[in-house]
Amino acid sequence: MKHEERNFEKSDQFNLTMIPGAFARKMRTCVIWQFIRFVAINIKMIVVVGKSH
Amino acid sequence: MARLVVLGGGVSGHTAATFAAKWLGSSHEVVVVTPNSKWNWIPSNIWVGVGQMSKEEVTFDLAPVYAKAGINFKQAKAVSINPEGSESEAKPFVTIEYTESGREGESEIVEYDYLINATGPKLNFAATPGLGDANGLGEHTVSVCTADHAVHASQELQKCIEKMKAGERQKFLVGTGHGMCTCQGAAFEYIFNIEHELKKAGVRDMADIKWISNESFLGDFGMGGLHMKVGGYVVSSKLFAESLFAERGVDWLIGAHTSKVEEGKIEYELLDGSKNEEEFDFAMLIPPFAGVGLKAYSKDGEDITATVFAPNGFMKVDANYAAGAYENWKASDWPRTYQNPTYKNMFAAGIAFAPPHIISKPMSSPNGTPINPTPPRTGMPSGIIGKAVAHSVCDLMTKGENAHLHEASMAEMGAACVASAGKGLTTGTAAAMTVYPVVPDFEKYPGTGRDTDYTFGEIGLAGHWIKHILHHLFLYKAKLNPGWTLIPE
Ligand SMILES: Cc1cc2nc3c(=O)[nH]c(=O)nc-3n(C[C@H](O)[C@H](O)[C@H](O)COP(=O)(O)OP(=O)(O)OC[C@H]3O[C@@H](n4cnc5c(N)ncnc54)[C@H](O)[C@@H]3O)c2cc1C
Repeated sequence: MKHEERNFEKSDQFNLTMIPGAFARKMRTCVIWQFIRFVAINIKMIVVVGKSH
Repeated sequence: MARLVVLGGGVSGHTAATFAAKWLGSSHEVVVVTPNSKWNWIPSNIWVGVGQMSKEEVTFDLAPVYAKAGINFKQAKAVSINPEGSESEAKPFVTIEYTESGREGESEIVEYDYLINATGPKLNFAATPGLGDANGLGEHTVSVCTADHAVHASQELQKCIEKMKAGERQKFLVGTGHGMCTCQGAAFEYIFNIEHELKKAGVRDMADIKWISNESFLGDFGMGGLHMKVGGYVVSSKLFAESLFAERGVDWLIGAHTSKVEEGKIEYELLDGSKNEEEFDFAMLIPPFAGVGLKAYSKDGEDITATVFAPNGFMKVDANYAAGAYENWKASDWPRTYQNPTYKNMFAAGIAFAPPHIISKPMSSPNGTPINPTPPRTGMPSGIIGKAVAHSVCDLMTKGENAHLHEASMAEMGAACVASAGKGLTTGTAAAMTVYPVVPDFEKYPGTGRDTDYTFGEIGLAGHWIKHILHHLFLYKAKLNPGWTLIPE
C-alpha cells in the first residue's frame, strides 16, 4: 500500500492534511537536490541574519 | 576603571560578556556570575536526549575561556540586586551565592557600574503538580532542557526501546507540561527525533506517539503561527506542521493545559473546558518558564522587586507593558534597547527580559484557565540582543552616559530554526525554517504579519547538515576560537 494511503487511513485528523507523495519524499533525501537546497537555504538564512543585525 | 557585571553565562550572557570584554579591553572590568561550570549548546540537547550525542559533546568548561578573554568568572548564582546600593555600600551591587565546589553557599557582594541580567528562565516544574517541585524535575517524566536532563531522558528512552523489542507496546507523550509554556519548538524537534530513533531500532510499529500542546493550533510555536513559502504557495504553519505529523503517524492533542502528572498518567483541560486523562509510558513535557526569582532592594532595604521585575519574575525593560487587549497590540510594544526604565545602568537580555505580552492570540477555557503559549525567545534573538546590549553598555562606559543605545527589536529581527529528525548525514529529514520578523508586524504586513520573502520552511536532509554546522560553529564561537567574532549570532 502507498505510504500516503496508509497514513490518510489512520485517523480523521490525518485525513484532512496533506501528505507528501513518493517523489516529494525521495527529493528530501536526494543528496544532489539537497545540496542545491542546502546552498539556497543558507543564502536565505544569511540574508535573514543580515537583516536582523 | 568601571565594572560590568553579567548575570548568566548562557547564550545571551556569554555573547554579551565576551563581546564586552573584547571591546573594552583591559581598561574596564567584566565579571560573569553564573552557577554552572560548563557552557551548554542547548539546541543539541535534543540529540543527547535520544542517545546520539554525549553530554561532553554539547558542553565545555567556562573557566579557561573566561581566563583567555580576561573575564572575571564567579561560579555562583545571583540572589538579589541593590540598584541604589545600601546604607553601608555606596555603589549598586549584586549579592551572589557561590555554587563552585568547595565554596557552596558562600555569599559575596559584587559592586557594579553596569549590570546585564541574562539569567534566562527558571524551569518552573513546580507549576504543574507531579511535573516537579521546587527542586526541579519530578520522577514521572523526563526533560531535555539541560544536558543532564537529556542524558536521563536518553536512558529512559533506551529502556522503552528494550521493552518494545521484548514485545511490550509503549506510549510516548511529548509536548508541554502546562497551559502557559513556551519552547514548543524543542519538544517538536524531540518528538520527531524519538520517532526517527524508534524506526532505526525497528520498533516503530510497537509505539504510539502523541503530541500534547497548549497551542490552539498545530504550528503556532508561540508566535501565533507563521505563513511561509512552501512549494510556490504561501501556507500557514498549521498545514506544514499537520502534514509532518500525519506523514510520520504522530497523533496530536492541542489547546491542552496539563494540570496534573502522575506515574504513567496526566490530567489535562482543553480549550473547550473538557477535562480528560492521557496515559503514557514515556513523557517529555516542557515546563513553563519564569524569571529566576531575583529580588531587588532599595538603599534603605525596602523590597522593590515589583518595581524592577514583572510578576512573572522577568526584568522590566523599555517595552510597552500597558498595551491592553489583543486588538491594541503593536510591534512597537516590543523593547528596543532592553534598558530598565527605573535604573538606567541595568539591562536584561535573552529570556530574562519581560515581554510586553504574548505573541499568540490569548485563549482560555470556559473555566477561566489560560491556555496559550508564552513568547519564545530562541537562540538567535537571545544572542543578537546580548550583543546589542553589550554594545550599548560599552558605549556608555567609554563615551559617557549620553551615548546612543543600540537597538535590537524582536519585531525587526528574524530567527532561523532547524528541527532535526535524527542526526544522520544521509538519513532523516529536518524542518529548516526562517521567520522574519519574530514578532509579527501587522501594520507593515497586514495579512500575515511577516515578510513572506524571508519566512519559509522546507523539509529535507539539507536541514540536518545545517544543524550539524550550527552545532560545531556555535561551540567554536563560544570557545572564542580564532575568528569567533566573524560568526554571526
Ligand atoms: C531543548 C531545547 C532546545 C532548543 N533548541 C533551540 C534551537 O534549535 N534553536 C534556537 O534558536 N533555540 C533553541 N532553544 C532555545 C535557546 O536555548 C534559548 O533561546 C537560549 O538558551 C536563551 O538564552 P538565554 O541566555 O536567555 O538563557 P540560557 O541560555 O538559559 O542562559 C541563562 C544562564 O543564566 C544562568 N542563571 C540562572 N540563574 C542564575 C542566577 N540566579 N544568577 C546567575 N546566573 C543564572 C543559567 O545557569 C544559564 O547559564 C532550545 C531550548 C531548549 C530547552
